[in-house]
Amino acid sequence: MTDAFIELRGVRKAYNEGLPNQFWAVDGVDLMLERGRVTLLTGPSGSGKTTLLTLLGCLARPTEGRVRVAGQDVSSLPERFLTEQRRHNFGFVFQQFNLIRGLSVLDNVMLPAFPLAPPHGALRARALQLLGELGLAHRSDARVEWLSGGEAQRTAIARALINDPPVVIADEPTANLDTHLSKAFLAIVERLKDEGRTVILSSHDALVAEASIVDRIVSLRDGKVVG
Amino acid sequence: MRHWIARQRYLIDYTVAALARRMAKNAGLVAVYTALVFVIASVLLYSHALKREAGYLLQGAPEVVLQKLTAGRHDLVPADYVEKLQGIRGVRSVQGRLWGYYFDPLASANFTVMVPPDRVIPSGSIVIGEGIARTRGAAEGDVIAMRGSNGALILLRVAEILPRESNIVTADLFLVGEADFRALFSITPGLYTDVVLSVAQPREVRTIAEKVLLVLPDTRPVLREEILRTYEAVFDWREGIVLMLLVGAGLAFVILAWEKASGLSADEQREIGVLKALGWETGDVLTMKLWEGALVSGFAFLAGFSLAYWHVFTFSAPLFAPVLKGWSVLYPDFRLTPAVDGLQLASLFLFTVVPYVAATLVPVWRAAVTDPDRVMR
Amino acid sequence: MLFHPAIMALLLADALTLILLLPAGLFALRLLRHWDLNSGSARQIRLERQTYLVATVLGFVFAVQLVSLLLLVFTADRLAVQFVGAMCAVGTFNVNPFGFPALFLKLALFFLASAWLFMNHVDNRAPDYPLTRVKYGLLLVVLPVAALAAVVQVRYFLGLQADVITSCCGSLFSGEKTVTAELAGMPPLQAMIGFYSVLGATVLGGLFALWRRRGALVFSALSAVAFPVAIAAVIAFLSLYIYEHPHHHCPFCLLKAEYGYVGYLVYLPLFVASALGVALGVTLPFARAATLQPIMTRITPRVVAMATSLFMLCMVLFTWFSWRSNLVLLG
Repeated sequence: MTDAFIELRGVRKAYNEGLPNQFWAVDGVDLMLERGRVTLLTGPSGSGKTTLLTLLGCLARPTEGRVRVAGQDVSSLPERFLTEQRRHNFGFVFQQFNLIRGLSVLDNVMLPAFPLAPPHGALRARALQLLGELGLAHRSDARVEWLSGGEAQRTAIARALINDPPVVIADEPTANLDTHLSKAFLAIVERLKDEGRTVILSSHDALVAEASIVDRIVSLRDGKVVG
Repeated sequence: MRHWIARQRYLIDYTVAALARRMAKNAGLVAVYTALVFVIASVLLYSHALKREAGYLLQGAPEVVLQKLTAGRHDLVPADYVEKLQGIRGVRSVQGRLWGYYFDPLASANFTVMVPPDRVIPSGSIVIGEGIARTRGAAEGDVIAMRGSNGALILLRVAEILPRESNIVTADLFLVGEADFRALFSITPGLYTDVVLSVAQPREVRTIAEKVLLVLPDTRPVLREEILRTYEAVFDWREGIVLMLLVGAGLAFVILAWEKASGLSADEQREIGVLKALGWETGDVLTMKLWEGALVSGFAFLAGFSLAYWHVFTFSAPLFAPVLKGWSVLYPDFRLTPAVDGLQLASLFLFTVVPYVAATLVPVWRAAVTDPDRVMR
Repeated sequence: MLFHPAIMALLLADALTLILLLPAGLFALRLLRHWDLNSGSARQIRLERQTYLVATVLGFVFAVQLVSLLLLVFTADRLAVQFVGAMCAVGTFNVNPFGFPALFLKLALFFLASAWLFMNHVDNRAPDYPLTRVKYGLLLVVLPVAALAAVVQVRYFLGLQADVITSCCGSLFSGEKTVTAELAGMPPLQAMIGFYSVLGATVLGGLFALWRRRGALVFSALSAVAFPVAIAAVIAFLSLYIYEHPHHHCPFCLLKAEYGYVGYLVYLPLFVASALGVALGVTLPFARAATLQPIMTRITPRVVAMATSLFMLCMVLFTWFSWRSNLVLLG
């Protein structure tokens, strides 16, 4: 039995259920992802990459099939508990970064922890520490609208790490970056791997596919794993 | 419990920042909300203050006023009735009153002419209320001409003008001595307008009224408690009518609140989607949005109420006073004593904040249940 | 007397409550038919999302009914002057036979809503929604009670005709009919015995449940009984002591300023304690699922402890006010 941290069995996800235009975005996927590895999901658009990411990261429930995270079945957890799982186990970096405009970098980084209501001083200190590790300490009070592409992404990464999750998921991380910044991103991923975190990426980018830190590539087509 | 409080503080933090960011968008709703609270609170405060004034004033009124009726019409009371009343057990004192209405063509208004029970006004002098002084342009020492019922002109000198503070009852009051009164209205001695009784035991007043009816069957006793009840009922009813008229405004406000809550811009929807994806669950987003409603409501309530308080007690509610005070030509110019009570506040809360929350519940929920994976699609 | 502002406010509150509860009731029916936690289908997800709305609606109903309960009592007090013989709220409620039932139904609604909210709180702590079916079954009880309460309240207000001067020529002086301003109370000694024995038993039951970790249901039943007993005790002797008057039995005048608002001090712990006890009693028999055991083991003692201490506070307050009063009822 491998040390599978995330396990998918017979997972299917439908959209527009019951309607004439119902379609299966993910159509029967068995996948086992090990702890501490960097996995890359590839495939053309419409292959179900993004949907698979949401299923892996407890952002959505499968229509059929079972999802287990760290040995616990999360497929039929009600939203409250699913969210708790997600908060503890996963950090997300979105393709569009999705930082909240109007708030400062520091506020954005602390945001995922608000519902957990930790002591404010400790939370702030941790956020500043993460920003420092990513070289953004001097921008902590800046409004996110004023950040450059690379700074925005690093803010998003810091935000993903605020609850110290064992898994980091990044959706098309290099889509909006030039080569230099893409390489910088891959260096951060390497640091995350060294910290023992599991990383899941989805990308079209050949640069990412050819990176040495990627341990495994999973190819998708029409909602099924083909390689 | 402490954790719950800490969580609320974080959520309120976020809410305040979010409101500040979207201040322009919310300004319209807050303005309308405050206006609604202002209008309703003004009505409630004004009526309540009026009722209290009426209550205070009536406390000094006699317990029973006796009128003589002839063929269902008010008639003058002969003096021997007074003696008969004094014989009824339980009656502490009986006094005949002289008063009536005088129509003044110059002011196109009715004055209440009265012989005061507690002072003697020398013949040829009068004491008038501030309203009369104003409309007739009379000051102390001036002479006013009145036309008696026999056509003759009677000249009376203004000895005193009643103080402004008592305006609510004295604005149109015209006090004369008994002889001048009888001369003015051609009322022979031995007749009174009505009779007032005070009773030893206030609880016995209805029994005494029954006895009076036995002794004097052609009279009509009017009890102070009845007047009080009637006043209260009339003021309440007036208030209710005015509030009913505001139903249209209330409905419009509720619809506006619903629209505002439902019409989330793409920006706001994305923001909620992001929060959900980051680990805020539906309950957290709902709580945050409810705090938003609470803060908006709290502000509108306080602002609207304060403005209403100021409007009613500093300016005497020029916007609503006529409807609530009643029709008259000589409006007394008076200031009401400030009075706030829990009943009003609770009613105000139920008229404004509760409908607002009810209208926004469903839209707020709909926003809060955004799928967390939406932000990835 | 429908044009009185406070009455309009009360009617509006009830109308809003019903407008929000009706769809919730329909939802409850739908849920009871289709609920299947293991399914990941869109319908199940939609049902789960809608439970949030229902819970929010119930919270709203609870808050509104609380305000409306107080407003009803104060309005009745304020209106007393308009009815011959009515000295305070009791008289107003007696004007027609729908007055007290309207009040009782509101109280029932308050207790039902608080029980539902407690059950909802417990249900949400377990990952498999163990109490959901029971919860929505309970909602189908709340709804008719709310409807009945609204109807009775309307009927009551429609039957309120103020005793005012109706004719300029008549000498009615509305003396014929008077309203009963008195509430019949039990003899004070019996009421005291009843009060102290029932409340004492409740407190002992609570302490036993805490010590032995058993018998919480018995405690709940006792706290349900304790509520009417305590109210009867207020009417029978506590009000007399507080007003220092041997015939003033009104349980509402305690809330007024002239008596220092002591009514709130007495009623608040009583209401909270009874509501907690009843809520626990409604939830426990259905809380058999395995996932709920650790949760109930944690929550039950806390609830019992809070309710027990509040009942004890009640007893202390009753004793204090009785002791300090200048009125002598016994001996």
